[in-house]
Amino acid sequence: MAGRAGSGAGMIEGAPWRKWVFFYVPLTFFVVGTLFPFYWMLVTAFRPDGELYRPWRAVNNTPFWTTQPTVEHVLYLFKQTMFATWLWNTMFIALVSTVISLFCGLLAGYSLARLRFPLAGGLGTGIFVTYLVPPTLLFIPLADIIRDFRLGDTPWSLILTYPTFLIPFCTWLMMGYFKTIPKELEECARIDGASRVRAMVQIIFPIATPGILSAGIFAFTLSWNEFIYALVFLSSPQQKTVPVGVVSELIRGDVFFWGPLMAGALLGSVPVALIYSFFVEHYVAGLTGAVKG
Amino acid sequence: MAQVMMKDLNKKYDEVHAVKDVNLHIRDKEFVVLVGPSGCGKSTTLRMVAGLEEITAGEITIGDRVVNDLPPKDRDIAMVFQNYALYPHMTVYDNMAFGLKMRKFPKPEIAKRVGEAAEILGIQELLKRKPRQLSGGQRQRVAVGRAIVRHPQVFLFDEPLSNLDAKLRVQMRVELKRLHDRLETTAIYVTHDQVEAMTLGDRVVVMKDGWIQQVGEPLELYGKPSNRFVAGFIGSPSMNFVEITVADANGALWADTPGLRVKVPPAIAGRLGAYKGQRVTLGIRPEDLRIAAGSDSADYSFDTVIEVVEPLGSEILLDLKAGPNVIVARVEPTVRAKLHDKMRLTLHQERVHFFDNKTELAI
Repeated sequence: MAGRAGSGAGMIEGAPWRKWVFFYVPLTFFVVGTLFPFYWMLVTAFRPDGELYRPWRAVNNTPFWTTQPTVEHVLYLFKQTMFATWLWNTMFIALVSTVISLFCGLLAGYSLARLRFPLAGGLGTGIFVTYLVPPTLLFIPLADIIRDFRLGDTPWSLILTYPTFLIPFCTWLMMGYFKTIPKELEECARIDGASRVRAMVQIIFPIATPGILSAGIFAFTLSWNEFIYALVFLSSPQQKTVPVGVVSELIRGDVFFWGPLMAGALLGSVPVALIYSFFVEHYVAGLTGAVKG
Repeated sequence: MAQVMMKDLNKKYDEVHAVKDVNLHIRDKEFVVLVGPSGCGKSTTLRMVAGLEEITAGEITIGDRVVNDLPPKDRDIAMVFQNYALYPHMTVYDNMAFGLKMRKFPKPEIAKRVGEAAEILGIQELLKRKPRQLSGGQRQRVAVGRAIVRHPQVFLFDEPLSNLDAKLRVQMRVELKRLHDRLETTAIYVTHDQVEAMTLGDRVVVMKDGWIQQVGEPLELYGKPSNRFVAGFIGSPSMNFVEITVADANGALWADTPGLRVKVPPAIAGRLGAYKGQRVTLGIRPEDLRIAAGSDSADYSFDTVIEVVEPLGSEILLDLKAGPNVIVARVEPTVRAKLHDKMRLTLHQERVHFFDNKTELAI
């Protein structure tokens, strides 16, 4: 990756100023534009209320940094709200729905990529189409089903509905990845003495690890950040997830509790950021698909 | 060790009839090569023997078991693939041991067998490496090693040398032949390369469009091709074909076409009698033509003009024109051939072939 990024500037030919105008300057704008909201979140989370609500033109106003960093908002979050419970809820729901979706997606993706059966093509497209139905439409009928099964206001309402968009996603990602693995590997294993299931588990899945990891990471992130289903299906504060909890408990009427809000957003994004940085090399390989014999 | 029998074997995909009524008896310890252009059904036939393709109709027997409904793992075969199909996440040792582990061999036995195979193939020092750290030739050896550790009843090779460069291919070809002499295991080998087929096979099966064209020992296919396709496919450069009319003159039959008129050799004349006045195809290999000397009968000689000279070092290939017909001849490297020169050629009268224009069968 480093080599590839470095060669970006190298590809621009001509005078040195061209490199600056066409590479470094646009890149700087892009990086600053992307990272500034995160920086703003960080600063706001540690800024004392006194600074937060100071008029813009006040003397000694330092909008882009803080002179007296404080953890009061973080403490508020854990003491005055149920943030720890929300974190746990989010983690639990995201993990379980990811595991379910990954399991189904793996098997479905494998079948669509490898097995010959009637309507295979149609089925693949069908699964993809379900992914295209927007959650903003789907939550209405789903709400009905959740109520009928008396799952409302329980984690299971989300654990069972998130796979509606996670399974198609995982299936398609895995199908694409499985197709890049030569089928001879598996045929060879079957001749070597493995059954189809065994060849799949012992040969194909280990090779597909980057693909499985990236599907898992994306599924986890999607469920972690999901908002609309969580907002509709959960109502009591102790059941909420981080995105919904933070918004519903820290915006009261038209009053925004900016400090705790930003602290909540920051802490909520830490686990996801950690997971990404941990597996960054794997999921890049997973998305670009690369198996060499 | 086992024989392999294929009886009325057929394979149909949705619209394609890939393999048609294949009947083949491969004897114990025999090395049989299936050869043909791409899409001729040779790989499909092999994959049916391996159990990787379902059999549409017919029967395959390995040893004395009908294997139609057996999964690949129960057929006691080993296969070497064109792209090697080494498991990238395992070391060379584990790759070779995988089949034995699957069959629950005790560990010391696995180590012994892998060691033996590695020694035969000269890959002992590679055992701890991963496949991506190996060169093409080394991977090929590992793939072969993985096949031989199991001591299977039949080896199946699916174009195993196609991914290697020309020099390595020749080297591995020799090694495979030596290996077969040593192990004496029945082997079925698929290739599109007729040189590989001729050099490796005890017998060669030529296929086209799903049909077996001819089965025979390499020299038999070369010397007595049963039809025009086999005649053209076996041998390099391939056989010259000239469409001629069978003419009757002076009490003998003549192969006659503008620019070329030669006597039909007496040995074939009897069979060609029925074609009097009809068009048939004359076939003659480039190596069965030579520059006419004074002592050569005029009946079997004809005049040509040199169009292209290809000196290959060990021989010279000449593209010649006899009237409108283009003919390739292989001559000694000492021959001084110049472009546009005239050259009188004589054909080897015992090696002239005639083919029916309609059925393309040898006459």
